[in-house]
Amino acid sequence: MINTVEALLFGSGRPLRISEIRSLLEFDGVTAELSEIKQCLNELETRYIDSSLEVVEIASGYRLQIRQEFSPALSHLWNERAPRISKALMETISIIAYKQPVTRGDIEDIRGVSVSTQSIRSLLERNWIKVSGFKDAPGRPALYSTTKEFLDDLNLKRLSDLPELPDPADNIVQDDDHQTIPQAV
Amino acid sequence: MQNNTQTQLEFPTVMGQPYETIPDDLFIPPNALELCLETFSGPMDLLLYLIKKENINILDLDVSKITDQYIEYIDLMDALQFELAAEYLVMAATLAEIKSRMMLPQDVHEEEEDDPKSALIKRLQEYQRYKTVSEKIAILPRVDRDFFLASASLPKIEVEKKDIQITKDELVAIFHEVKNRPDLKSNHQIDFEELSTQERIQIILEILSKRNVISFSKTLRKTEGRQGVVVTFLASLELAKDGHLELIQNETEEIFLKSKGAIS
Repeated sequence: MINTVEALLFGSGRPLRISEIRSLLEFDGVTAELSEIKQCLNELETRYIDSSLEVVEIASGYRLQIRQEFSPALSHLWNERAPRISKALMETISIIAYKQPVTRGDIEDIRGVSVSTQSIRSLLERNWIKVSGFKDAPGRPALYSTTKEFLDDLNLKRLSDLPELPDPADNIVQDDDHQTIPQAV
Repeated sequence: MQNNTQTQLEFPTVMGQPYETIPDDLFIPPNALELCLETFSGPMDLLLYLIKKENINILDLDVSKITDQYIEYIDLMDALQFELAAEYLVMAATLAEIKSRMMLPQDVHEEEEDDPKSALIKRLQEYQRYKTVSEKIAILPRVDRDFFLASASLPKIEVEKKDIQITKDELVAIFHEVKNRPDLKSNHQIDFEELSTQERIQIILEILSKRNVISFSKTLRKTEGRQGVVVTFLASLELAKDGHLELIQNETEEIFLKSKGAIS
């Protein structure tokens, strides 16, 4: 059974939940308890200790990943690097993640700039956010929430795994990251 | 969040001597400042940067000084014909308002909540929280950038495929069948009703004024077909609703229309 579970994880091309694995096994004529499947996953973990692979649990289930230490080697496989995400877009996704569900207006209130349709669309296209409803306010603006894929892509299981939101009173000078920029003259 | 496009503020030294003037032959790309200004995600970001540069707490914000610096930046951006987002100007106006208020004698009774300075500080603090956390999220391992997924290509799954056997005649027959199939998805125009319910009400009333009871089927005209039945039925329901007649159905299937009298 353990090898079937491994095969499913390798072949699925997406994360699988334990319950999904169980029903897939059932189609194959194997009945297994959820705990037995969890046991298989643990055994796979042990099996991979001495390899480049690891079994990782993220928001959408379990998947196989290549250990991060091999990323530099892998990066040469592709000419293009993963697209950079701008500061502005990171601020937007962060506000959505911590204050969800939020409207575009809520994001603009915090960021002090208008949030372009394009940036919302790019987050939607990335499947990082979804429209989770409409606010009962004039114009019925869309409410945005983050998706499981957002957590998956950051290797996280749940929203609470995100870095803690700093206290508003936190002293700004505490972080010693000094930007340097040509001074206005 | 070090930015490589930005240059150091301190005077560079060449062989121990500070280099205070820019050499004439130094090439500065015309878009250098534009590039660095684009690194700000908005006026709040620029303002926070200016505050951070002063090494002060947001709470000790010296609005006067920051305003001057902020406006210097705005002027510079303007001079460089850098397309300024309107929000930068809004912030400049807010700062100018706070600065001008500070020059006026303090009104002791002024309410804290109305104070634009504390409002601005609150906004800056709130923005700072998300800015900080967004920087942390930005460096979290991200799929396809910092780590990669493992997958294996699927084995060839054999699917039994049967060749379709068909003769030329069969193909022709199918083509004809498809061609003659009634078009169920076509549009159609809705015509005015040929039979008017209103007109039928008049007719029924006329009949009932002559005789007290009539069976439903007798009010129909055969030539009008199903549509006639529907219209007549609608007309009698309409009349029954308004209390002009009574609909009676006995054990037979026949419905009788009975006048309730007093029809003018």
